[in-house]
Amino acid sequence: MSVEDLTRADIERILDRAQSFAEVSGRAIKKVPALRGRTVLNLFYEASTRTSSSFELAAKRLSADFVSVRAQGSAVDKGESLKDTVRTLSAYDPALVVIRSPWAGAAELVARWAPAAVVNAGDGKREHPTQALLDLYTLWQRVGALDGLKVWIVGDVLHSRVARSNVLAFRRMGCEVTVAGPPTLVPREIESLGCRVRASLDELAEADVVYALRMQRERMEGAFVPSLREYAARYQIDGRRLSPQQVLMHPGPVNRGVELSAEVIDSPQALIAQQVEAGVVVRMAVLYELLASGGQQEPAAGLGLQAPVPAVVEVAGQSA
Amino acid sequence: MSGRLDGAGSRPAAELDARAAPGATLLMRGAHLLDPRTGLDGPGDLLVRDGRIAELGAPGSLEAPPEAEELDATGLHAFPAFFDPHVHLRMPGREDEEDVESGTRAAAAGGFGGILAMPNTDPVVDTAPVLRSLRERARAEAHVPVGFLAAITRDQAGTELTEMADLADAGAVAFTDDGLPVRSAGVLRMALQYQRLAGLPIALHEEDPELSGAGAMHEGAVSALLGVAGIPSISESTMVARDAALAGYEGGRVHVQHLSARESVEAVERAKAAGVAITAEATPHHLVLIDEDVRTLDTTRKMNPPLRADADRRALVEGLRSGAIDCVATDHAPHAREEKEEPFELAPMGTIGLETAFAALHTELVLPGVLPLGVVVERMTAGADLFGLPAPALRVGTEASVSLVDLSASWIVGEPGYQSRSENSCFASRRLTGAVRLTLAGGAVAWRTPALAESLALAESPA
Repeated sequence: MSVEDLTRADIERILDRAQSFAEVSGRAIKKVPALRGRTVLNLFYEASTRTSSSFELAAKRLSADFVSVRAQGSAVDKGESLKDTVRTLSAYDPALVVIRSPWAGAAELVARWAPAAVVNAGDGKREHPTQALLDLYTLWQRVGALDGLKVWIVGDVLHSRVARSNVLAFRRMGCEVTVAGPPTLVPREIESLGCRVRASLDELAEADVVYALRMQRERMEGAFVPSLREYAARYQIDGRRLSPQQVLMHPGPVNRGVELSAEVIDSPQALIAQQVEAGVVVRMAVLYELLASGGQQEPAAGLGLQAPVPAVVEVAGQSA
Repeated sequence: MSGRLDGAGSRPAAELDARAAPGATLLMRGAHLLDPRTGLDGPGDLLVRDGRIAELGAPGSLEAPPEAEELDATGLHAFPAFFDPHVHLRMPGREDEEDVESGTRAAAAGGFGGILAMPNTDPVVDTAPVLRSLRERARAEAHVPVGFLAAITRDQAGTELTEMADLADAGAVAFTDDGLPVRSAGVLRMALQYQRLAGLPIALHEEDPELSGAGAMHEGAVSALLGVAGIPSISESTMVARDAALAGYEGGRVHVQHLSARESVEAVERAKAAGVAITAEATPHHLVLIDEDVRTLDTTRKMNPPLRADADRRALVEGLRSGAIDCVATDHAPHAREEKEEPFELAPMGTIGLETAFAALHTELVLPGVLPLGVVVERMTAGADLFGLPAPALRVGTEASVSLVDLSASWIVGEPGYQSRSENSCFASRRLTGAVRLTLAGGAVAWRTPALAESLALAESPA
């Protein structure tokens, strides 16, 4: 549900697991039978390309049956409530529901109404925990231990679920986190999450990791910034601002020329492509953790989930 | 601040409406009688005859007339019945959520001897015929006397004044656009000018829609964590300050509804010090709960104004103690179950509150020693006087309006069910201490717990 539910040990276990799945991804046949016969259901109330497709790939590589439901063109369009949709889809007996919704707390509601385990794939502007996990994984693969790293999260923090999950996740792993952005796009009292706040990038040089957020053009309607031009002038990560020893991350999709300049996107410092790649193995690890590693830890630990039944224990690559 | 409206002194107090019920005749023996206004505070007998308080005396001193029901109330407390100046009865338009009968039954069960209903219904109570039909309904089925407020502006659209004088003649108790602020200072100014003709207080929901935006909870650390858009405290306090200035300038009489923020309490204090005829109310939920309680995104805790930070809550409690806040009001706001079973940001704002008001304040403020019982009882009964209505009192000769409460009984909210037609209580599943056993309202028995008959050795005298 939330990165808040995860201990550092939980996160490390998931990252280790993801690394073992990365080996599978290197094989010609990228499948393990761990979730054979189980159903994973994607319930997406918002447009999403990489999150939904990486959950789909993750489920399929674990040999789960996979069903995807989108709000458009479904009963949701006909006015069905979330509760009724969840009850209806529960009739298919999914082992796990992946929910993306424009509303904070939707994953908890699904967990209340469905007997399945639930993964929050983004709830409103609140959290996107698996994004944070794949970001940690990517960074860990690149730089090793995360303790003491200085991470700057730059941009529209107010509307960003990625920002919230990542502040919590980086903090959990021992990083020092700073959020920086236009004061109109940084929520009041965000410091209570354990980060510093800066209105400018003047001190960006101290960062080991620069994490740029997507600047959504639609925010212009709310007049949160006077113009994208001024935003880019003040907050764009470009070749001048990014020093060679820093690494650059971005959750995608990128607005070229707004939050990032073309030169940094294509630079070797950018981990953007690796983040996407990590999405599949980290989500495999999350699904595995919830459905196939039964008995190894409290079911609620992982992602704050109600893992419903003691899952059949199957080790990756070994069929039962 | 007396809160009386000087300019309309000629208008008699509005009448509340209730169903016709026989005046009670009963002798309450040995209850602890507590009326902060008369100074009564100790065990005694209270005799009600034909709906009026006929005699007060030492325990065991009064004789029950032959027709009287005799009630051993030893160990219980008798207060002037509570008065709630802020209730949504949802009628007309949303009778699936509440109506006059169920809402006043919930009020009686909560120990209220009178309530005021808000006009933000569908249609809005903005014409005399709508008001008259509601009053007629209340005379047919209200368990406790109920008064109706009328809108300040037509359809609560905030642009044109209602026929305030006609509405006053038709029996409106006051005016409000509650649920919405009067956004335009110019419109509110005209309402305050017109108040000199129409009389009656103007009650205000204070909120600047520009500052509230799409907010769904208090703006602070918890909203930052949850990524839920915030409603800043200044959304309320700036409007309190604006409207206090308007009322001061026009010599009008205003009542500020459901204060939630520390800055708003300060604005009311400043206005009172400056001599503005302003009074204010606070709700039990704002006096007890805070934004931390919204962390779980429980939709029963979504209300407007939102539950704020603990510093705000403490300022409200202090305001209630000092009198900066004149009374408690529940803002009882029933909502259908399906509407509240939605994600937090989609769910409507509001909590029911009539049945838990006293118990919540008693449990969370009186028992821990934060506020004396007498202050809570005074503030829970003070609403009537603010609206020019006779204050309930344990005094010989007054119409009986009494709540009999067991201060040691604890119960779990929702377990006995609700008298309200809705169940969106922000205190659901909480254990509260203090249970209303009997309510006399408008001279008649309006509520009695089933347990009372069993556990209190209730002796019926031969007829």
